[in-house]
Amino acid sequence: MTTEARKTHAIDINALNRADKSGRDKFDTCISVQDLNLFYGSKQALHKVSMEMPRKKVTAYIGPSGCGKSTLLRCINRMNDLVDGVTIQGKLLLDGEDIYDKNINVAALRRRVGMVFQKPNPFPKSIYENVAYGLRIQGINDRRVLDEIVEKSLRGAALWDEAKDRLNDNALGMSGGQQQRLVIARAIAIEPEVILLDEPASALDPISTLKIEELIDELKEKYTIVIVTHNMQQAARVSDYTAFMYMGELIEFGETSELFTNPSKKQTEDYITGRYG
Amino acid sequence: MIKAWFKSGSPWIWMTAGAVSINLLLVGGLLVLIAIRGLGHFWPANIVEYQYQNQQGQNSVIIGEEVDESLLPEAQARAAGFEVLNGAKYLHQYLVKTGNRDILGSDFRWIQDQYIRQKSNPLDLIAVERREWGNFYGRLLAVKQNGQVIADGEQAWPVAQEKLAEALALFDEIDSLQDKDVGAINYDLERLRLKQRALELKNQWNGTKSQEFAAQKLAYEEQYKVIQAQLGKLNQEIKTYSIMVSEAGGREINIPLNRVVKLTRPNAMSVLDKSIEYVKNFKSFITEDPREANTEGGIFPAIFGTVLMVMLMAVVVTPFGVIAAVYLREYAKQGFITRIIRIAVNNLAGVPSIVYGVFGLGFFVYIIGGNIDKIFFPEAAPAPVFGTPGLLWASLTLALLTLPVVIVATEEGLSRIPKSIREGSLALGATKAETLWRTVLPMASPAIMTGLILAVARAAGEVAPLMLVGVVKLAPTLPLDGNFPYLHLDRKFMHLGFHIYDVGFQSPNVEAARPLVYATSLLLVMVIIGLNMFAIAIRNNLREKYRALEN
Repeated sequence: MTTEARKTHAIDINALNRADKSGRDKFDTCISVQDLNLFYGSKQALHKVSMEMPRKKVTAYIGPSGCGKSTLLRCINRMNDLVDGVTIQGKLLLDGEDIYDKNINVAALRRRVGMVFQKPNPFPKSIYENVAYGLRIQGINDRRVLDEIVEKSLRGAALWDEAKDRLNDNALGMSGGQQQRLVIARAIAIEPEVILLDEPASALDPISTLKIEELIDELKEKYTIVIVTHNMQQAARVSDYTAFMYMGELIEFGETSELFTNPSKKQTEDYITGRYG
Repeated sequence: MIKAWFKSGSPWIWMTAGAVSINLLLVGGLLVLIAIRGLGHFWPANIVEYQYQNQQGQNSVIIGEEVDESLLPEAQARAAGFEVLNGAKYLHQYLVKTGNRDILGSDFRWIQDQYIRQKSNPLDLIAVERREWGNFYGRLLAVKQNGQVIADGEQAWPVAQEKLAEALALFDEIDSLQDKDVGAINYDLERLRLKQRALELKNQWNGTKSQEFAAQKLAYEEQYKVIQAQLGKLNQEIKTYSIMVSEAGGREINIPLNRVVKLTRPNAMSVLDKSIEYVKNFKSFITEDPREANTEGGIFPAIFGTVLMVMLMAVVVTPFGVIAAVYLREYAKQGFITRIIRIAVNNLAGVPSIVYGVFGLGFFVYIIGGNIDKIFFPEAAPAPVFGTPGLLWASLTLALLTLPVVIVATEEGLSRIPKSIREGSLALGATKAETLWRTVLPMASPAIMTGLILAVARAAGEVAPLMLVGVVKLAPTLPLDGNFPYLHLDRKFMHLGFHIYDVGFQSPNVEAARPLVYATSLLLVMVIIGLNMFAIAIRNNLREKYRALEN
């Protein structure tokens, strides 16, 4: 694809999005990406991405490996700041506030935007301390408050029944699926607005995957969820909106049911029918 | 056939395994040699009585412990002025510890086998370990009280033992009074003098203060007088008893019991008795103070000094090393300059330790210590407080010496913490510092401990720099005692490594010191192993805690 063609695509998407917005009932925008370009050194990883993600809905990013979906996800809580040589242009608004503004407190932002990674990464501490970690950082050390929030979070992550008798055991002794739900509990313990899930089930067995998917369904009652997945069935099952990305560009964005049944772009159709990617 | 064997790779396995075996054998052999030579020293040796007729045909009796023997080739013996009898090819000699330095002038002598007419181990021979002049060997004749014989013959031995036990108890009492009570009063008086001097320097010395101080001084002197009277009485009491002994030549000598440490009859002891005596000897070696220019007695102050110094070093080097490593690995921009710094740190580990000693003396002792004295202790002038080698400066110098090891090990540990753990913490709203403090550093703690283990191993064995910055041959007081502020960082201290050097090479009594060199070496190795085991136990504990990260 030539650069020329890319540009037309980008413009098309913006037009489409606008059409979307005007054509349908306006959804409540939680996160708004506006003309976002991202470079790793001199290599451009995201090309002028623009999209709006609705509040308390699940938005899924799909696309082949290396298409920039994880990169885009990590922009939302500024995790890319940790990578050397990253430059970001454009705007990313959370509740109308540009998170790349100079005056933004990154730690505070990350408290509002929780994240769950591809591989479960519990700390080598007890289950209890893992969930309490974010709270302790905020200076909450009152045992009663912590007890309450730990229980609530573990229940919220559907882990309470399995973990309640072993709260003081090392979290690394749990199974992969349990660890991943523990990480989700850890994220919701600090009451974020948004939860980012970066291929949360890719390292898990089918039963654990199912549990995580059910959990996502419950979580969207309270949180805005953005999920990156390789698995299109998963995207179809759990998400309300889906974005298809390819080579750092947002190709198509829309309601999941529509995108999967009636994609407006040929590339999207090719991808979801398994012709490439 | 051979070619096939070479191709199979087994020669390499044999070679590498052989190299490992040789290393293990060398280490094992070293430890065994030190252990045998050092531990043999505490075994109560039999006392031999020789009927001796020398070259000129004079008869004499020699009593002592047989320590060593040698075969001198005939030609050498002749050159040394000995005639070798019966056409033998070698001159057979024994080294005998005859003791009785006050009478014979030296503790050891070589005697020639060819002149020995008879050798026997009479049961009544005694060894008297004295506080001065080394051992006495001979026979017990009588026990005296104020010059009057109270027991002799068969009765003398049990009575002597009984009276010695009493005398030793008294001696301990006197020792504790002198060391602790008198020591404390002297210490307080010195502090009082310094306080007065400080007030004088500040021009705040006036009548009321003067009276106050005089009253305090008087109180201390009163206390001192009470102790003095007590000491006088005890000293009188301890001098009551003495033993009459006869030496090999038949001369009779009176030894007051307050000069005696131990009285044994090794020839009359069973193996069990000797084993018990052996354990006692070893215990007193590690718990008592040295005597007679370090050639007798124990090495407790040296063990204490070594361990205390290493612990202080560890307390200083760990935070510094860890902080430096955290900056280098986590905060500094990775580039040319950090690379240079890393190379410099690695090279610091290769600087000869004596250079650190010189630096410690010049920088810590003279510059920092000298200025501390000027600012904080003007009243002590001209006597230095910190402006002289001491425990603090020795610990700091060794901390500097071992800093590279800790930095390198910590950096290694930090680099092994998975990125996912850091991201997990940051994603929960932790700042970088919080992430480091709460997650990364605890997880790197086993690596930090590894660095500390290497540092301890190096520091405990280091001698050269210590000679410049605080170790002495004989320290009158321990750096830790009951006088406020308890830990005296300005004091000089004793060290096992330096003790080995001093006893082995600076001692007037070389033969007596030799087994002590081995015994002290063994103790030094044991102390280092002990410190390391302690650190390794902590590390393994931490590792256990943070295991399971590998998957």
